[in-house]
Amino acid sequence: MSRISEAFKNGKAFIPFITLGDPDLDTTEKIIIEMAKNGADIIELGIPFSDPTAEGPVIQEANLRALKGGINTDKVFEFTKKIRSLVNVSLVYMTYANVIFSYGSEKFISKCKEVGIDAIIVPDVPFEEREEFLPYCEKYGIDFIYLIAPTSNERIKMIAKEAKGFIYVVSSLGVTGVRSSITTDISSIVKSIKEETDVPCAIGFGIQTPDQAKEMSKSSDGVIVGSKIIKLLHENEAEAPSVIGKYVREMKEAMN
Amino acid sequence: MSKGRFGVHGGQYIPETLMNAVNELEEAYNHYKNDPEFNKELEFLLNEYAGRPSRLYYAEKMTKDLGGAKIYLKREDLNHTGAHKINNVLGQALLAKKMGKTRLIAETGAGQHGVATATAAALMNMECVVFMGEEDTKRQALNVYRMRLLGATVIPVKTGTATLKDAVSEAMREWTSRISDTHYCLGSVMGPHPFPTIVRDFQAVISKEIKEEMLKKEGRLPDAVIACVGGGSNAIGSFYNFIEDKDVRLIGCEAAGRGIDTFETAATINTGRLGIFHGMKSYFCQDKDGQIAPVYSISAGLDYPGIGPEHAYLHDIKRAEYVAVTDEEAVNAFEYLARTEGIIPAIESSHALSYAMKLAPTLSKDKIIVVTVSGRGDKDCAAIARYRGEDINE
Repeated sequence: MSRISEAFKNGKAFIPFITLGDPDLDTTEKIIIEMAKNGADIIELGIPFSDPTAEGPVIQEANLRALKGGINTDKVFEFTKKIRSLVNVSLVYMTYANVIFSYGSEKFISKCKEVGIDAIIVPDVPFEEREEFLPYCEKYGIDFIYLIAPTSNERIKMIAKEAKGFIYVVSSLGVTGVRSSITTDISSIVKSIKEETDVPCAIGFGIQTPDQAKEMSKSSDGVIVGSKIIKLLHENEAEAPSVIGKYVREMKEAMN
Repeated sequence: MSKGRFGVHGGQYIPETLMNAVNELEEAYNHYKNDPEFNKELEFLLNEYAGRPSRLYYAEKMTKDLGGAKIYLKREDLNHTGAHKINNVLGQALLAKKMGKTRLIAETGAGQHGVATATAAALMNMECVVFMGEEDTKRQALNVYRMRLLGATVIPVKTGTATLKDAVSEAMREWTSRISDTHYCLGSVMGPHPFPTIVRDFQAVISKEIKEEMLKKEGRLPDAVIACVGGGSNAIGSFYNFIEDKDVRLIGCEAAGRGIDTFETAATINTGRLGIFHGMKSYFCQDKDGQIAPVYSISAGLDYPGIGPEHAYLHDIKRAEYVAVTDEEAVNAFEYLARTEGIIPAIESSHALSYAMKLAPTLSKDKIIVVTVSGRGDKDCAAIARYRGEDINE
């Protein structure tokens, strides 16, 4: 049983996101430990990219702060190796195609295996371009996570059939960032997915409150939250790790 | 390998949210490009509204002064709105209209593509929103006003380096949030498939006309065609119908900024390496970790860290040459053409002119060079004056 499948065995999964090195890796480490302690089932680690085209302002700024702080791909792997020895939770990377490609796709993905990463999420690599990384993911036993969007329609079947690990269901049009309400008919999207596969579905983009998490988890297997956590990080400075820990617990409890 | 490849370059590296939008665009384009009615409408617009065909002008004084090859200028600066950008925009706006879209969004660097898009939107009764790096809104204040005058909303982009690449990113983000009524009118031969092909096809009219006119005037093909390259739309338009004519040298001029040995450059082929960004695999200026470099050029239109995938391919197979031209060289060419021929070229086009000034004297008098003057330079006068230390009001 892979760590990702395990992650969905403990009720509805809560998947928090954090940008690595924002504002520095010591802070990231404290936050990850608190997330794991408070019930995170998978933690999504964002590797910063200079021009994150799928992100809204909050995560864009987190990326730029982290890069300013001196993070780079080698430091990311070094850090992940360390964090892997401190927490048991499943860890996945979220980054952009050029970060992986530039490092050497095979080298990057073999490194993922080496440091204990379970999957990669690459928002600018759609199903049609999966050959860019998928062969290496299969070789090294890393899940390549597919995204399904409100606009996917007839593409859902084709994508769901090949999905491994979990499916990232994009809740809304547009980029990442907190939204006061989500109007997409998520349950019908998830229903179409479930007709093709048993792979779990986690919903992301725009979710921030325990009520939203509860609502979203009714029609899915888990919820992903990014921008809200970055906001908490910067609103609370030194207190951020414990505030985020508390938030993770609230979200996990609201869903289960 | 996925769709829309030029060798290893190209592809569709975009969020899932946009996949059906680009597929729908591809389908519509494949239908309308062979539709006689569509082509008739487009030709009417290009000729009657934009003023095509543009002139192929023999620059006699420049030729004599440089003392080498005969120089012809392809006068895209004479098009309506003052640049080659209108060729592509009229095509895409018409296509968008046929697809039932009511709103155009666009990125712009120097502002020429934004002005062209705002123009087409006004003509075709469409809503228009243009994303422009905040830095560029300052460098090209006149074009910002022109867009607003034409009824467009201009959104200054403050993220990143606040230049063209950030404007592209922001336009892409906007498209993912509003797809059903909106067409992203991309201004260059870049981005995900089918944009590099669509934009090339709409710009290929440039080389088609050069070829016809050159055969009429000289009874033969030119020895070299020179154009400036940012994303590369006027260059691919100038090259396209000559690609099979192996004796015609194709020369793209990149912006070297303060020099290719400095960090203040935008010369992608000369300083970049293979990467994946803005929907395509191609060459990009980037650091060792794949972070996109903050590029620089005096020319807002060439100030982009990538190059269209077909250019990357033409470079790989050595069919086209890509040379780097500095700010200083381009400014010299800008001033030279004004004095010598009474033509004020865009600072972008001045990069191509500068290389022509270098090349012409090394060739014999029976050789022929065509330089594409992609746009006119009125928009650049204030910035060039500042470059020369003179502060004038725009």
